Amino acid sequence: MLRLNCPFCGLRDHHEFAYLEDASAQMPSFEDTSEKAWFEAVFLRKNPRGVHVEHWHHIHGCRMILRVERDTQTHVISKVEAAHPSFRKKLSDIDAETKITRKARPKK
Amino acid sequence: MGQTGWSPAWRQPEPKLEYDVIIIGGGGHGLATAYYLAKLHGITNVALLEKGWIGGGNSGRNTTIVRSNYFVEGNTAFYEHSLKLWESLSHDLNYNVMFSQRGHLNLFFTPGQRDAMMRRYNIMRLNGIDGEFLDREQVQKMVPHLNYSEQSRLPILGGFVQARAGTARHDAVNWGYARAASALGVDIIQNCEVTGFIKKAGRIIGVETSQGEIRAEKIGMAVAGSTSVLAAQAGLGPLPIESHKLQAFVSEPIKPFLDTVVVYGAGHGHFYISQSDKGGMVFGGDLDGYNSYAQRGNLPIYTDVASCAMNVMPALGRIKLLRQWAGIMDMSMDGSPFITKTNLSGLYLNAGWCYGGFKAIPGSGWCFAHTIAHDQPHEINSLLTLDRYAQGRQIDESGHGPFPKSH
Repeated sequence: MLRLNCPFCGLRDHHEFAYLEDASAQMPSFEDTSEKAWFEAVFLRKNPRGVHVEHWHHIHGCRMILRVERDTQTHVISKVEAAHPSFRKKLSDIDAETKITRKARPKK
Repeated sequence: MGQTGWSPAWRQPEPKLEYDVIIIGGGGHGLATAYYLAKLHGITNVALLEKGWIGGGNSGRNTTIVRSNYFVEGNTAFYEHSLKLWESLSHDLNYNVMFSQRGHLNLFFTPGQRDAMMRRYNIMRLNGIDGEFLDREQVQKMVPHLNYSEQSRLPILGGFVQARAGTARHDAVNWGYARAASALGVDIIQNCEVTGFIKKAGRIIGVETSQGEIRAEKIGMAVAGSTSVLAAQAGLGPLPIESHKLQAFVSEPIKPFLDTVVVYGAGHGHFYISQSDKGGMVFGGDLDGYNSYAQRGNLPIYTDVASCAMNVMPALGRIKLLRQWAGIMDMSMDGSPFITKTNLSGLYLNAGWCYGGFKAIPGSGWCFAHTIAHDQPHEINSLLTLDRYAQGRQIDESGHGPFPKSH
């Protein structure tokens, strides 16, 4: 059983998530009309035996899309974070704030 | 007692320094390729290199179903050719591969599915491939112990049968090809891992292996599951392939219970089952659904496949599972394979078999041997190329688009 540590919900079982795709495949911008660029983004995959960056959807949880680093040989999950940079930023800001509050609180 | 009085079915030679052709991968596809190179093209100075033991990968890890009920150009002629080779394979190899044409029953549950299957049936008939369309009563007569309850979530409406389809004994196929190829002069070299490629003037002229360098003018790669890893070593670049794992299950042996192959795909349910000659119920369903090179499955698919089984065959409810395994599939971007030359001179590729490699073994070996021997594809595999995506002519049987996990 894979278990993903969702940054929004905590550690949850594989059942709650849907695998989406290889997160390293970046689509070109819409202005880019090169056939080669689109062909490579849509059809070609590195398909590594080792660490793979991928998107998972927490479909039966917070419904956020997560960026996961997982080893395709051992299934060891080394990193789970929000896929969108703005959410990653927000989460780290909240984290930082929480830590400050904790530190600021006087010890009894 | 012990294993005495036997002679090995194939020779176990030391690798020579040079061959005419090297085939990488000792699964069914590689073995069949080596056999047809020697048998049909007179190329007997062939080495087949296998990292582990022959037939130890997906050739020994499948649900042994053989059929040709395809309807997209590129697949139709290829799989029908393969099925025809199956029909005479035991005679051809002088080895009983236990090919049993017990029929393949594809169930449908909704009018939409029925129409899609009728379209497939019509196209198959136009292509000269056999098929029969059954209504609910005829299905009930053919397999009386399915779930025919009117109360079930999706009652069975009918089925689509390919009578010439069936199952075969997977190990026998590997051993039969190995014995026949070896007798024709092919060197089958086991425990010989390819670790690199030797290039000269833009051409691949040999391989580095765990047993030293071996050279050849032509090198064929048939390593489905690990294609991307080996292709990267050869400098073939990223391919339109992802490696996914597919599980299969075998129950404890029971008395004769099912004399055909029963299959269905309905929404997210996907299930196929047959009974082996030893009596075990052999079945499987969907991929685990995420990229993997680990030959072990995950629990959610157990639940899915078990519930699919109970949906159509509630009588299986008290059967115990004997074993379970997973194999690594080359899932291609359109669900169809590659038997092709590559842009590296001297390197030929046989890959992308998705779920369907076992049935393709004879046809695949036959076409790959032709492609290597003549340095150009046979008409039958002329569409199964790597450049079909760039040319916008995907062979997408299921219509799922460029999402390997969905095929």
